[in-house]
Amino acid sequence: MAKTETKATSLERHGLTDEQLRQMFRNMLMQRQLDNRGFQLNRQGKVPFALGSEGHEALQAGAAMAFHRGKDILAPYYRDLGLALGIGLTPYEILLSLFARAADHNGGRQFPNHYSSKAAGLMSFSSILAAHIPHAVGAAYAIKYRKETERAVLVTCGDGTTSEGEWHESMNFAAIHKLPLVMLVENNEWAISTPLDKQMAQPEIWKRAAGYGMPGKRFNGFDPIATYGAVNEALERARSGGGPTLLEGTCYRYLAHSTDDNDMTYRTKEEVTEHRKDDPVPQFERSLLDARVMSIADVDAMKKDVLRETNDATDRAEAMPYPAASDLYTHLYEGAWQPWQ
Amino acid sequence: MAVTTSSKVLNNVEAVRETLYEAMKADDRTIILGEDVGNRGNVFLITKDFINEFGPERVIDTPIAEASIVGIAVGMAMEGLRPIAEIQFADFIYPAFNQIVGEAAKTRYRSNGEYTCPLVIRTPYGGGVRGALSHSVSIEALFYHVPGLKIVAPAFPADVKGLLNAAIDDPDPVLFLEHKKTYRLIKGEVPEGHYTIPLGKANVVKEGTQLTVVSYGLYVHWALEAAQQLQSEGLSVEVVDLRSIRPMDKATILSSVEKTRKLLIIHEDNKFGGIGAEISAMVAEEALFHLDAPIRRHCAPDVPAMGYALPLEEEYMSSPAEMAQAMREMVKF
Repeated sequence: MAKTETKATSLERHGLTDEQLRQMFRNMLMQRQLDNRGFQLNRQGKVPFALGSEGHEALQAGAAMAFHRGKDILAPYYRDLGLALGIGLTPYEILLSLFARAADHNGGRQFPNHYSSKAAGLMSFSSILAAHIPHAVGAAYAIKYRKETERAVLVTCGDGTTSEGEWHESMNFAAIHKLPLVMLVENNEWAISTPLDKQMAQPEIWKRAAGYGMPGKRFNGFDPIATYGAVNEALERARSGGGPTLLEGTCYRYLAHSTDDNDMTYRTKEEVTEHRKDDPVPQFERSLLDARVMSIADVDAMKKDVLRETNDATDRAEAMPYPAASDLYTHLYEGAWQPWQ
Repeated sequence: MAVTTSSKVLNNVEAVRETLYEAMKADDRTIILGEDVGNRGNVFLITKDFINEFGPERVIDTPIAEASIVGIAVGMAMEGLRPIAEIQFADFIYPAFNQIVGEAAKTRYRSNGEYTCPLVIRTPYGGGVRGALSHSVSIEALFYHVPGLKIVAPAFPADVKGLLNAAIDDPDPVLFLEHKKTYRLIKGEVPEGHYTIPLGKANVVKEGTQLTVVSYGLYVHWALEAAQQLQSEGLSVEVVDLRSIRPMDKATILSSVEKTRKLLIIHEDNKFGGIGAEISAMVAEEALFHLDAPIRRHCAPDVPAMGYALPLEEEYMSSPAEMAQAMREMVKF
């Protein structure tokens, strides 16, 4: 008994409870299961396209745990399955999007992984990289302008997006106005086929924070607890009027960019295998077992439950109808519309 | 719509200023952002002293970064504010193209109506002011192709106020184009208080029987001058001021063309792929057999913009005399 407690308290927790640690782990398992499901459904010819977040699981589960539901705003990008799940979207909602069903938040209009939920505080975004970052800044401005305390905006992107002009413009504006914003860069080392050294001469993205006059921090994005610690600290600062933070979580993209990409045309199997040694999902599983937060039986039961929920969500979503063809014409403007009046 | 009992004479700058002032007074969700809109009060002094009255939180001097001026405004609009973004000159709008076309115009559509983007983007456009290649362009044709946007280009101060109020009240993104040569040149009676003119309604500014002229912006005034000249020659020309480019008023155009049986479209923007092409196609589709003459477009030549040197600007721009000649040829066809 004493030995168990010693092990359990040896885990750096940043105040997270056992239950929160288990929630993060379940989120990570669910991400991997849903990623897998998306690629399976694509290979089965059931969905035209899927995108995976494999390698980002720990980063996203940890960041989502710092998000205050009903208060904060999330402005994610398209490789943020774990953030979407972690702030309250369900696997069923994710699968509705994969199957492009009418009941999807976007009505089957957008690509999969283009999450949107006003109820969850998840801002709609397009596939145009960095275009959502000024939107997050505008939302943060609205929060500050209305003097809404205890609210902040968590905006995310990959390393590739940090090359866009709007990324820079947004960081600059957020810093000038000390906005309640956390810019979380998920650095997975690849912008589709372009490696970091062709994206930037100085590869530590967090160091750019000094240039904008805001705090910056880099953390190991394979560690969900370290991620939670960094994101929670930055969000707390933002919520309490301390201004924006630039965070860089390091991770790796295990899958090809999408089901339409073949990563073996630009990187080696050896490189991917090397990074697989640090795979955050089994790594966190070991940590939880070592710390006696979960038993092997707990883990097995959780994996079974995640598979069951994924299967159930798949069946339910697949059974739902497509949008009607006439839906093409709705929600362009408020009310009926013709360009000629 | 408030009852308006009195009016006063304003120029177009004053009409924009008064409308923005009243909008800022009426709704504290209204935010003005753009380059030099605060301390300087806009380069044409449209928002002069606003920053003192409404504060720097509501009158934001932004960094020189057009994409994020619009992008931040989109985010504000998605999150419940009513931003009015200014692009200092229309020529500078290109860096914001994606935010306008890819984001603002698609916010409602892509989210299946969950998110909306009630946003006004104001910008001065147009030439005849020695603005050269980058302070004189017309941009409307680049945006009027885009579903999800509304585009307004008024010519008269009363329309400026009524349409700007409509744009500010509108639940969707509106691109509001202000012809900078008309800013101080054109004066007119403007009703006091809040009133709106519906987007998408043209106005017959001069009635006539022998030719329909459709135009917008500065060229409405020059077309009127030319039409008056023809009147003195015994020729009767009807002038339609479009006011809104998207949506466009088909009913007014068709009803005029069916009466006069001839159509001349005049605009300052390039002819190829311009607004006139769409109007021509619409009239050809809907009223071909009412026409007694081929449709004609009197528009700018196919060059990027007007040069700085006076002969280059004059060659690019039309004039009341050139318009009158085009009208004569059409009437006598």
